[in-house]
Amino acid sequence: MALKAADFKTDVHNDWCPGCGDFGILNAIQQALAEMNLPPEEVLLFSGVGCFAKTPHFVRTYGCHTLHGRAVPFAVGAKLANPKLNVICFGGDGDGYGIGAGHFLNNGRRNVNMLYMVFDNGVYGLTKGQASPTLRRGVQTKSLPLPNINDAVNPLAVALSAGYTFIARGYAYDGKGLRELIRKGVEHRGLALLDVLQPCPTYNTINTKNWYEGLEMDEATGIKKQVNPRVYKLESTDYDPVVHNPDDVEEISRKMSQAFQKAQEWGEKIPTGVFYQINLPTFEDRLKERIPALEEQAAAKIPIHDPKTGSPTVDISGALEALRVV
Amino acid sequence: MQKLDSFSWMIGGAQGSGVDSSATTFARACAAAGLHIYGKREYHSNIKGDHSYFQMRVSERPVQSHIDEVHLLATFDKETVEVHKGSVVPGGAILYDPVLYKTPGELGRDDCLLIPVPYSEIIQATAREFKREKDLMKLQIMKNVVSVAASLGLLGLEFKWLKETIEGYFTGRRAALAPMNVWAAEQSYKLTQKPDWQSKYPYRLKPVPVPSGERRLMINGTTAAALGKIVGGCRFQTYYPITPASDESEYLESHPEFGVTVVQSEDEIAAITMAIGAAVTGVRSSTSTSGPGFSLMAEGMGWAGMNEVPIVIFNYQRAGPATGLPTRHEQGDLRFVLTASHGEFPRLVLCPADLEEYFYDAIDAFNYAERYQTPVIVLCDKALANATQTIPWYDVKSTHIDRGLLLTDPELAVQIASEGEYKRFKLTESGISPRSVPGQKNGIFWLTGDEHDEAGHICEDPDNRNRMMIKRMHKLEVAAREIPIEKRVSFFGDRDADVTLVSWGSCKGAILDGVRILKQQGISANFLQIHMVLPFPTEYVAQILTKARRRINIEMNYSGQMAQVIREHTGITMDASILKWNGRAISENEVVEGVQRVLKSQESKVMLSHGA
Repeated sequence: MALKAADFKTDVHNDWCPGCGDFGILNAIQQALAEMNLPPEEVLLFSGVGCFAKTPHFVRTYGCHTLHGRAVPFAVGAKLANPKLNVICFGGDGDGYGIGAGHFLNNGRRNVNMLYMVFDNGVYGLTKGQASPTLRRGVQTKSLPLPNINDAVNPLAVALSAGYTFIARGYAYDGKGLRELIRKGVEHRGLALLDVLQPCPTYNTINTKNWYEGLEMDEATGIKKQVNPRVYKLESTDYDPVVHNPDDVEEISRKMSQAFQKAQEWGEKIPTGVFYQINLPTFEDRLKERIPALEEQAAAKIPIHDPKTGSPTVDISGALEALRVV
Repeated sequence: MQKLDSFSWMIGGAQGSGVDSSATTFARACAAAGLHIYGKREYHSNIKGDHSYFQMRVSERPVQSHIDEVHLLATFDKETVEVHKGSVVPGGAILYDPVLYKTPGELGRDDCLLIPVPYSEIIQATAREFKREKDLMKLQIMKNVVSVAASLGLLGLEFKWLKETIEGYFTGRRAALAPMNVWAAEQSYKLTQKPDWQSKYPYRLKPVPVPSGERRLMINGTTAAALGKIVGGCRFQTYYPITPASDESEYLESHPEFGVTVVQSEDEIAAITMAIGAAVTGVRSSTSTSGPGFSLMAEGMGWAGMNEVPIVIFNYQRAGPATGLPTRHEQGDLRFVLTASHGEFPRLVLCPADLEEYFYDAIDAFNYAERYQTPVIVLCDKALANATQTIPWYDVKSTHIDRGLLLTDPELAVQIASEGEYKRFKLTESGISPRSVPGQKNGIFWLTGDEHDEAGHICEDPDNRNRMMIKRMHKLEVAAREIPIEKRVSFFGDRDADVTLVSWGSCKGAILDGVRILKQQGISANFLQIHMVLPFPTEYVAQILTKARRRINIEMNYSGQMAQVIREHTGITMDASILKWNGRAISENEVVEGVQRVLKSQESKVMLSHGA
């Protein structure tokens, strides 16, 4: 039976600000899950801490709202223990690129098969609008006493050098495009980063919906007109993000350079879509190569005892013999 | 010939020069001959070059601590001689490299038998014999086997024990090295048969018959814990490299046949949160660390407490604070682990005190974690992590696994049929709610670090907060009721003794060995071992201590943390404390000395300071 977005909705009260970009992202998530027809009980969502982090509570699947900056290792643990689950991890720009930066970087070395989606609005909303790691230097959003003193991190470029095998950027109000990117990220076999640009109507008074979409008010008619939209889609250009031959070092180098350059584009034009994609063995593949039991079943499903007697099933007599002295 | 209750052999040398493997070879040869072993390992926070040493106590009866005296000191560098010659008993022996000293007098111990071991000559002869002259540099490592052989030769333990040990050590791809090492050992063994030395040296090791059917292991703490985890069903382990905990994870990783997924994480925050994420899916999951790593794990542990996730954390204490003495012993984390992480949640804290408890407690820890759905901390320490001991075979058949209220698919279906929608944090009388795992149909739940309702959604309602706090904290009371007292506290000796010693963790061995000596001196002492600190065995401890004539706590920390915990729970104050915090484990001698000082000089706080 085909699932609908409604099947992934809970009746939990949503307390995001009106006009929050999170709404667009939440809708896209629910629709993408329905489009992929994933059984809700086989989906496990993780989030860190921030406004966005309430997302799992609004989605009818298994959900874990974890600690500030730590969603990634929580999600990795779950995915490695049971690779059959569809694990999607949500981070925020402060959560994932600030306090959780170490995990963001190091997870790139593992290529765990999961989608890491970062809600990126340039501010720490839940603590009243401080500058986040993706806010540009010199920008003064509403609650900053002075313009931002730090430079911004470029998450796509970091992900590229860290080893992510799928790197994409979405935009919160491009529902269809975002749905598509979520689906691609979930279906990608390996670690996918999807950075999602989103307005924070309350605190980020600079990078607004109008700013991203180039909307201007027509004084005469009072209607918003799209003049010079900043966000555009890579797929509407001749940009090819995919490494077609993962054994071709030259192609990898070329596609990485291209992605790095594309990731620098910001200001008048902001690209969205897939920047880079390559198929490489996952961490789960690597574990299976060394742990025979994982060929048969997930770590979470290995029987450890006889449920009737409680006796442990493992036989350690060989290991004890190796330590035997008499 | 002098008959000793126990004999103490020490080998020292530069870190990385093979001290550990020679100590193991010596111990295995003795153990194979039916003797009992307790070995203490000391090393610097350094990879190559700094001084390290291993002290092996050998006895005809089981021993579980080291003694201060050394009866035979095996050296191949000057530093070992200088650092440890003062510990050698008069009439003992020192093996030294004659290349390093012009005359034996330079060693400064004329009251000892000073035996020059011509390491270079023996190794050169071996190289010639096996046509390996070009590998002479590489073969220097054989100094170790040469010194062990010279020691066992002097001690008169038949060569066959060493030969078999060497042959058992060099197996597989390295089997070809066995004959060469045996040959070198034999030359060295023969050397110490010199009648003059044999007649002057009073100590001998004799094989002891092993009762038929008895099997013994020689094991260290990290391996004991790792094996306990394997039997206990742990199939997911995370760690960030740290001394002295990493050895445990490395043992698990080097035995993939047991099916344990081991992940080396980017830091301890990732280690704990990854382990928790795994535990959410139903796997028995654990992480192992030392104090600095445990500090980083505090927040993650609180999340597991809030979300009732079964998780087992091993903390191998070392001397703190900060980096402290990274390779040295201390019991300074007790009070910290009892309260670590902000806010309040239930936790169980076990303090295994010997290498049997390291194994069995690991199994119990997972049972408690799942039964009470909360973090369980196993508080170990460096002394036992790195101790080598002969112990009875583990009785794996006596162990069992209790998965608590983990729902099978049919059980979940029955529950849904009778109660409607599944609620992960359903309020129950015990505070424990039946647990589903992701992947199970109709078992969907939400977890959050925020206070939550029964379904797991954020809820700031004050009444809900009250109910949920009571639900979680009540589990500790249930645990206190259910867990048998013998798992929580141990009592040794006569109730009616002059002195009651109270301690925990690795001090146990020195105390049990020391009590024997005290008895010979006419001092009767019994020993109360606090095995589980949370939930605290209040009634039992109060009952023992109320009747005790003189209460002394023995701990490896500055402030007597267990004494403080006992006072907190029972209101009972210790009469005196015997404390040590110089980074070296307590010896049998120090237990005796400490108790004597308390009794004779009425000292209320004895500070111990032995150890190099």
